[in-house]
Amino acid sequence: MKKLLELLEEDCTLTHEQLASMTGMTVQEVEEEIQKKEREKIILGYQAVVDWDRTEREAVTALIEVNVTPQRGEGFDRVAERIYQYDEVESVYLMSGAYDLTVIISGRTLKEVAQFVGQRLATLEDVTGTATHFILKKYKEKHLIFEKPEEQERELIFS
Amino acid sequence: MNYESILSDRIKEVQPSGIRRFFDILEEMKDAISLGIGEPDFVTPWHIRDAGIYSLEKGFTKYTSNAGMAELRREIAAYLNRRFQLQYDFAGQIIVTVGGSEAIDLSLRCLVNPGDEVIVPVPSFVCYGPLTSMAGGTPVLVETKAENEFRLTADELRAAITPRTKVLVLPFPNNPTGGIMERTDLEAIAEVVRDTNIMILSDEIYAELTYGQHHVSPANLPELKDRTIVVNGFSKSHAMTGWRMGYVCGPKEIIQQMLKLHQFGIMSAPTVSQYAAVEAMRNGDNDIMKMRDEYDGRRRYLVEGLRRIGLPCFEPKGAFYVFPDIRSSGLTSDEFCEQFLLEEKVAVISGSAFGPGGEGFVRCCYATGMKDIAEALTRMDNFLTNLRKRQARAQG
Repeated sequence: MKKLLELLEEDCTLTHEQLASMTGMTVQEVEEEIQKKEREKIILGYQAVVDWDRTEREAVTALIEVNVTPQRGEGFDRVAERIYQYDEVESVYLMSGAYDLTVIISGRTLKEVAQFVGQRLATLEDVTGTATHFILKKYKEKHLIFEKPEEQERELIFS
Repeated sequence: MNYESILSDRIKEVQPSGIRRFFDILEEMKDAISLGIGEPDFVTPWHIRDAGIYSLEKGFTKYTSNAGMAELRREIAAYLNRRFQLQYDFAGQIIVTVGGSEAIDLSLRCLVNPGDEVIVPVPSFVCYGPLTSMAGGTPVLVETKAENEFRLTADELRAAITPRTKVLVLPFPNNPTGGIMERTDLEAIAEVVRDTNIMILSDEIYAELTYGQHHVSPANLPELKDRTIVVNGFSKSHAMTGWRMGYVCGPKEIIQQMLKLHQFGIMSAPTVSQYAAVEAMRNGDNDIMKMRDEYDGRRRYLVEGLRRIGLPCFEPKGAFYVFPDIRSSGLTSDEFCEQFLLEEKVAVISGSAFGPGGEGFVRCCYATGMKDIAEALTRMDNFLTNLRKRQARAQG
C-alpha cells in the first residue's frame, strides 16, 4: 500500500476521500495528517508542472554553477540564503564536486537572466565564480514527460 | 463457394464474443470512459523495452529454440521459485508461449480426447469453453457464487465430476470477479480429486496481483503438484500485453508432448519479446510491486465508491477487477451496461459475458487512472439516481 505522502507527491489533486480509500485511513485522519505535515513544512506546497514552451508566454530557464567561499561557522548556508531570497531563483542546491551551488533561475528573456547573474549573483562578496547554462529544451520534470506521446492505434480487445 | 458447408462443425459451434457490438458503440464515442478493457494502463517499464530494442540493434532476429531461449527458461524457473516457491526444471518442464492464451490452448489440446469433459468455473475469462470444444471436449460450467467470494468449493466441484472428467480449470486470481483461492480452498479441492486422474489447468496470469496475501498455486500443494499444469505470463505482471509472452510449466511427460504442438503451430515465441522477457525476469520485481501498489489504491477507492452509491460488492483480493452486484437496479447485466454506456458514456462489461453466474453483475476494471475512476463513479451515481427516479415514476 502506498503512503499518504507518496500519493500526494504524485498527484496532489486527489481528494481527501480518495486518499482515505487508497491508504485505508479515515477522511478525518487524512485531513489531520495533511495539516500536520503542512504545519511542519514537510509538505511545502502544491504546484502544477507547466510546459510553457507550448503557450504564448516567453520563458527561459538557466542552470548556474556557482563557486563560493564558505564562511566560518555558517558554511554554505548563509550565502545560499542570500541567493535563494531572490524571486528569480527557482531552486538552489548544495553540490558535491567541481562547484558548490547549483542555482536555477527563470526569467522572461536571456537578457533578463544574464543581467540577474551579472548584477546580483556574481557581485555577492562570497561568490568567486559563476558559469551559466541556458536550458534549451525540457524533456522531463518531476517524472512528467514534456510533449504528448503518440497513442498506439488499436481496436478494442475483449480480455 | 458454399463456405457454410466447408467450415468445420466445431468452429461453427463456437460462439463469437457477444460484446463486439458494445465495443463498436464505445469506439464511436469520443469522450467515453472505459472501465472495460482488461489490461494494464501502464506502458511496459523502459528497461524492459530497452532490452527488446537492444536485441533488435544487435540483429537477434532469428528463431529461438522451440521451447524458448534456454536463458529465458532459466530465468522463468528462477522467478517461479523466488516469487511462488514453485520448482520447475528449465530443461524439460517449461515452454515459452505466445501469451498465456497459447499455453491454455496447448494444454487443452494435449489432454482432451473427444467426449472428455473439462470443468470450467464461471464466471471466468471466455477462452476455456471454446478451446475445449475445438479440442473435441465438452466444457462443463460450474457456477461459483458471490456469497463464497466466487471461490470454487469442494461441493460444487464434486457435483460436476463424472467418469469423463479429464481437466479442471482453475482460473484464479479470477477475471472477472477478482476472487482468489487460498491454501485451504485448494486443500479442499485436493481432497475431491485425490483418487481420480483429473488434471488441473491453473491459469495464474494474475498471480502477481493479489492484495493482502500471497498467491498460492495448486502446484504449491505436494498432493496436487503432479497433476497440475501452471500457465502464467508477462502481460499483467509486467504490463507486457502486446509482447505476447507467456509460459506453461508442468510434468515433463506432458510438457514434452505440448512441445510437439507448439513447434508445429508456432515454431517459437517472438525473439524480440523473449529478450525483453529475460530483462523483465531479471530486473523487474520492483516494477511488479510498484504497479501492484498503484492498483491497490485504485481498488480500495473503487470498492468503497461502488458501495457508497449502493452497489454491493465483495472485496476482490486479486487481479484488477471489481465485480459489483447490480441486481438492485432491476436491469439485466446487458441492459445495465448498454444503458449506462449510452446515458453516461462509461463502459463496464456485462457479467453475463463471462458465463452463467455472471448475470446480475458487471465487471469494472481499475487498471485505469484515478481521474477516470472518480469520474466513472460520479456518472454511475447519476445513472442509478436517474434510473431509480424513472422507476419510481413508472410505479407511482
